[in-house]
Amino acid sequence: MTAPPILIVHASGTNRDGDAAQAVELAGGSPRIVHVNQLRRGDVKVGDHAGVLIPGGFSYGDALGAGQRLALELRLWFGHELSEVVAAGKPVLGICNGFQVLVKAGLLPGPLGGDAAAGVRQVTLAGNSQGKFECRWVALRVEPEVRSGWLQSIRGSVIRCPIAHGEGRFVSAGDAVTDELETQGLVAFRYLSCGAVSPDPSEPIRAAAGAYPANPNGSSADIAGICDRTGAVVGLMPHPEDHVLDWQRPNGAPGGSGLPLFAAFVSAARQ
Amino acid sequence: MTLRVAVTPHRDAEGEAVVASAPLVGVTGLVDCRVSRIYHLASEGELSDAGVERLCREVLVDPVVAQYCTGEAAPAEGRAIEVAALAGVTDVEARELERAARQLGLGELRVSTAIRYDLIGDLDDNAVAAITRRLLANDTIEQSCEGSLPPTFAAQASAEAKVESVPLSNLSDAELEILSTERVLSLDVGEMRVIQAYFDGVGRDPTDAELETLAQTWSEHCVHKTFRAAIELTHISADGARSVTRHDGLLAALREVTEELDPWWLRSAFVDDAGIIAFDDEHDLAFKVETHNHPSALEPFGGANTGVGGVVRDILGVSARPIACTNVLCFGPADLPDERLMTGVLHPRRIRDGVVAGIADYGNKLGLPTVNGAVVYHDGYIGNPLVYCGALGLLRHGSHPTEARVGDRVVAIGGRVGRDGIHGATFSSATMDASTADKVGAAVQIGDPITEKGCIEVVERACQAGLYNAITDCGAGGFSSAIGEMGEDLGVEVDLEGVRLKYPGLQPWEIWLSEAQERMVMAVPVESLPALGQLCDDWDVELTDLGSFTGSGDLVVRHGSTPVIEMSMDFLHNGLPRREMTATWVDPPPAAVSSPAVTGQTVLDLLAHPDVASKEDIVRRYDHEVRAGTVVRPLVGRNADGPSDAAVLKPLGTNRTPSAAVLSSGLCPRVGEHDPYAMALLALDEAVRNLVAVGGDPDRVALLDNFCWGDPTRSDRLGGLVRAVQGCTDGARRYGMPFISGKDSLFNEFEGRAIPPTLLISALGLVPDLNSAIDSGGMADGDDLWLVGQGSGSLGGSVADAVYDLGATEVPRPLDDPLPRYRAVHSAIKAGLLTAAHDCSDGGIAVAVAEMAIAARHGVAVTVPADGSDQFAALANEGPGRLVLAALPGDRDALGEILGAHGRRIGKVTADKRITLGVATRSIGATEGAGIVVELQDAVAAFTGRSSP
Repeated sequence: MTAPPILIVHASGTNRDGDAAQAVELAGGSPRIVHVNQLRRGDVKVGDHAGVLIPGGFSYGDALGAGQRLALELRLWFGHELSEVVAAGKPVLGICNGFQVLVKAGLLPGPLGGDAAAGVRQVTLAGNSQGKFECRWVALRVEPEVRSGWLQSIRGSVIRCPIAHGEGRFVSAGDAVTDELETQGLVAFRYLSCGAVSPDPSEPIRAAAGAYPANPNGSSADIAGICDRTGAVVGLMPHPEDHVLDWQRPNGAPGGSGLPLFAAFVSAARQ
Repeated sequence: MTLRVAVTPHRDAEGEAVVASAPLVGVTGLVDCRVSRIYHLASEGELSDAGVERLCREVLVDPVVAQYCTGEAAPAEGRAIEVAALAGVTDVEARELERAARQLGLGELRVSTAIRYDLIGDLDDNAVAAITRRLLANDTIEQSCEGSLPPTFAAQASAEAKVESVPLSNLSDAELEILSTERVLSLDVGEMRVIQAYFDGVGRDPTDAELETLAQTWSEHCVHKTFRAAIELTHISADGARSVTRHDGLLAALREVTEELDPWWLRSAFVDDAGIIAFDDEHDLAFKVETHNHPSALEPFGGANTGVGGVVRDILGVSARPIACTNVLCFGPADLPDERLMTGVLHPRRIRDGVVAGIADYGNKLGLPTVNGAVVYHDGYIGNPLVYCGALGLLRHGSHPTEARVGDRVVAIGGRVGRDGIHGATFSSATMDASTADKVGAAVQIGDPITEKGCIEVVERACQAGLYNAITDCGAGGFSSAIGEMGEDLGVEVDLEGVRLKYPGLQPWEIWLSEAQERMVMAVPVESLPALGQLCDDWDVELTDLGSFTGSGDLVVRHGSTPVIEMSMDFLHNGLPRREMTATWVDPPPAAVSSPAVTGQTVLDLLAHPDVASKEDIVRRYDHEVRAGTVVRPLVGRNADGPSDAAVLKPLGTNRTPSAAVLSSGLCPRVGEHDPYAMALLALDEAVRNLVAVGGDPDRVALLDNFCWGDPTRSDRLGGLVRAVQGCTDGARRYGMPFISGKDSLFNEFEGRAIPPTLLISALGLVPDLNSAIDSGGMADGDDLWLVGQGSGSLGGSVADAVYDLGATEVPRPLDDPLPRYRAVHSAIKAGLLTAAHDCSDGGIAVAVAEMAIAARHGVAVTVPADGSDQFAALANEGPGRLVLAALPGDRDALGEILGAHGRRIGKVTADKRITLGVATRSIGATEGAGIVVELQDAVAAFTGRSSP
């Protein structure tokens, strides 16, 4: 099988690009880490890639809000190219800072239809409810009802991986927006109550119900990630790219690897 | 025009934190605190309403969670306090907003930021002042007022470059001394005389820049005068016997052992910014630990922040990619009553919180996992905290170029030069007092991790492409140290006019001396400049070509056509006279100690001591997962809240072999107060047993030393230092482990009171197969528990001594022959025979066993051998060389064979949730007394400070 070229966008302060590249490679893709400056100069074209991944880190130091500065650059400089990528159904994945960027650039959740005025941000990732950066393992589920086409093959599966963020609290502009996300199948990942580091197979799979630390940041409706209406664009706060090899998990706990997510991403890119 | 924009979040954890902290500074009336970010936008022309609205909507304000208002400050609901950084302090928010405005086509804005706190509640002036001074603002780098502050733009006035000549030739000794003090040169009279004589010979007075350059280069911080000095030590033992020995250089003694041992895997020791050892057949590892004590005392966030930045640059300075960070912190007691706080000192709790936030900010933003560390709380650190920052790097074997050539360009990359950070090296080479903050506040900086991150990306690629012939970091002393050192053999000529400045108006000596944090200097062949320039453009890094390596042997610095420095490199680097110093060490008299009775509460008391208790609140602030290679984490066990012995890391991109790196540390300053020699050996042992506990190979260990000491010109301090170095050299020989790098931070005194002698030993080793690595929490019901090693009857320097104020002075005896037991444990781990292992250190075996139970959330039943001690000492002594191991009963014979006489079976892991401890007086099974029972949940509560399942 061919290894589809995956663009991994690096802005100054991006730091999980290497982790993401390793995950993409293990999943059969061909990752290419490219700095925004090189894209802007036209040395490398977004459209030459079969998928786009915006990895974690602190783009521009998260000055003025997490992901805010890179979101502006994406809108100003690559808005058209990214919409072409989405229109072509190529997968776009934002992890942690990349998720924040996609939300703040307006690509996630994208236009919701209904009453929501176009161009006004409907959801965001705000400071963690405990008021500080936190690093810990979490369990999350790929939502069974998720709309995204490329997540279908892993619907309902559990991923165990770390979070490492200070601004990961998913907030929507109101209950109507949250309902819209739920009914349209735009909620892609939810934090689970079951053990993140020492899973007990007998424990039922249940959402965290807001309880800390299973829901590690106070996210509304335990939402860890969402997708857009086309299903091409997906974002999440936790780091599945840091759990793609067996030895990366604590306590040798079986299952729950993040690798299938990248396999689904690469597989969608291949089509 | 200048426009003010205030952005206020709907809900604010930062405000809630202020409310929660107010009672700690004696304020009870604060009920709410709203926090707003203030942006002053200055523009040459008019700012259109539409433009401002666009900037707010697209950049400044997240409409889901915040609102904004423009124009005059809103009236205060309660008492409004504004805090802003002093002009010239790094302000990344302002810089990024200026860039965003340009990108949006809004032209050139200048931005100044502030924070406004609306304090609501029943507050009098004293309460507002206490909150402002003790929670919101630090005068060293910030200004604050009630109401609104004017914007704090850095002065834009460009001053003419002036080089001052400093009259020196006819000054008396007293006048020389005054000159040294006034200019913060930290040079003694003898050194000043040598400088005077040199310039008398040249026939002119030195320039300001020349004098400052000599002071930096000859500072304790840069040249380690004490560690190079000839020292005469008078050692008086407890019985009054007196012996005198001569020590011909402490650094030389450490290097000598390394040269003696010279293992095949040692790549580089002591010669460069970091020590280097082999990792696999392609890669090497570079390791360095630094301290940033004095800056952290004055401005905890900035001091610790730039401490991380500095040690990471040391790793870049050996052409390695930084891959992990460590930190070891020593503070005064977090619950120190206000009346015991000295004037001019921040409260230990504030120092701790600021330091942790500073380390988290820098390490997390660089994308480096912070994986190993320790925290010690002790009265002796109230006026002078210690902040050790370590960094590990990975490089391809043989890839680090170290020889500049004549004609190479002197190229600086990274951050711009400002006035902050001047005198960092000389400031850290003096003791502190209540006025230090006022005198040297400018030496303290706020870091800019994203700029340093750019340098990391550029250096990695420039090294791969072979674009430079030598590289070093700009640390304390800025260009003066970096270029001065790089050009030592060849000589350099540099023009400062082209240096990029944060703001105009810096004098040549300031440009030359300022310790801008995020900067590296390289020797670049002319033909490689275009490629390096392109690389820097790609990664948002600024590059300045400053001059060239000349071959003249002179240091020549100009600012345009104005001469700034013309000195021989030989004088700069070899002119410093060697110090002759005298030292005294008096062994403390033995003290009779009576042990308290042992109860379940004893175990809980030891677990709750701040040095032992959980550091989870700190550890989780650090990203310890980034780079996808953390195998053994800082928190382990069933609920990931048990303490880890050491960190095991698999560097990204090295998956071809299963080997992993292991990092650990050891320190025991409480022992150092009684016996610095023993402290060195015991700290070394602690680092080694931690490393072995997770699967590290005891025959592949490299060590770093970091001495933090008082004023070495006082003979008692120096006596302890010599004894500690003797402990290190004896230890290196005994353990067969070379020191590969080290650092000393002296003058850690506040108003004449020295810190406890503190030696941190950091160990770097290899785990041959990452799949065999274990931690302290992996055991299951029914596992056997084994003890390796013998206890000690001595409680001097132990946590138990601190908890119960026993007055013990006799410290545990270091091991004579440590390696056989560690090799045996390592063999057992490699054979897959152990399910868990944990070292016995702070709090003794009682704590070790309890911590394992907490990590695994299982019960344990253990009978501890008395080894000649009473019951209390048997449980709480901190004798070296001991590990508790867990193994399947089925592996009992195999394990017994490997451990031989080193191991004894002491109990079991149990299904009940209880920690049961007894002490065997003669043999296993004959328990003295009824034994102690502690409920696991009580142990968890004592350890974590909160009730938990």
